[in-house]
Amino acid sequence: MTTRGEQWLDEHAGPIVRPYALIRGRTRSSADNLDLIAMVTATGSPYTGEAGLGPEEQRILELADRSMSVADIASEIDLPLGVVRVLLGDLQDQGMISVRAPAHAGPRPNERILKEVINGLRAL
Amino acid sequence: MAYEPSEEPVALKILVAGGFGVGKTTLVGAISEIRPLRTEEVLSDRGIGVDDIDGVETKTTTTVAMDFGRITIREGLVVYLFGTPGQERFWFMWDELSYGALGAVVLADTRRLTDCFPSIDYFEQRGTPFIVAVNCFDGADKHEAEDVRIALDLDPEIPVILCDVRRRASAKVVLVTLVEHALRTLTPAAG
Repeated sequence: MTTRGEQWLDEHAGPIVRPYALIRGRTRSSADNLDLIAMVTATGSPYTGEAGLGPEEQRILELADRSMSVADIASEIDLPLGVVRVLLGDLQDQGMISVRAPAHAGPRPNERILKEVINGLRAL
Repeated sequence: MAYEPSEEPVALKILVAGGFGVGKTTLVGAISEIRPLRTEEVLSDRGIGVDDIDGVETKTTTTVAMDFGRITIREGLVVYLFGTPGQERFWFMWDELSYGALGAVVLADTRRLTDCFPSIDYFEQRGTPFIVAVNCFDGADKHEAEDVRIALDLDPEIPVILCDVRRRASAKVVLVTLVEHALRTLTPAAG
């Protein structure tokens, strides 16, 4: 809340919250290396921090209720990827989401999976 | 096809590369529900001078909009398509995009064939399986795929196909060709 005597000038008086203000100017987080297609799932753990969850974090938790990729989440909440990664990192540090790396973490894509993809594409 | 219901969900990533305006977004949109993805990136030194930023010298970041699409093969098996940013100054994003990618479609326009050289060099160096799909624009000379292969100096095992990315059926063939090529590349024992 602004109080009398504080001055908000120029860009500080902007009507919208600039994306990086949501994350208090941070650009790095524990989620920096999250693959775009890593799957994010809400764990259901309660929030234990002190700062309180912002509306964007709550939205991410809603979206991740049934697992969603990082790219889908970023597109859905329409924030730059870098901002979303920081928010995801916070939620991950809180234990409120789990992140699963995509299948390529394994030695090589499964031949059966690729054949299934080929058949699936043909059937589209 | 039967599968274990308890199986872990699988997500695969396919890149769509090529020069600016070659039809990458059209290809992604022809076969999947296309969605925008915003990234905010620091302009590299290389970009300065390319962008007309006279008078706004303090601008050091720029918003890069990428397109991506999602194709659900079945529950638990999803293919993501990412259009790589066309301008060379966004190449630093390619490393992230191409990490773990199943493969890449390099779209080529025969009127500007050199535009796809950087993409081909990139995927060759990284060892990412790729195919070249020649987008046949209206009015463009219909080059034979083999002419393009020679012009691009491609290895014989790399598929080169003609396509019309506006057509869903053609986009399907492009993706199927890529995944078949990836299958041959990644599992050489499976003849």
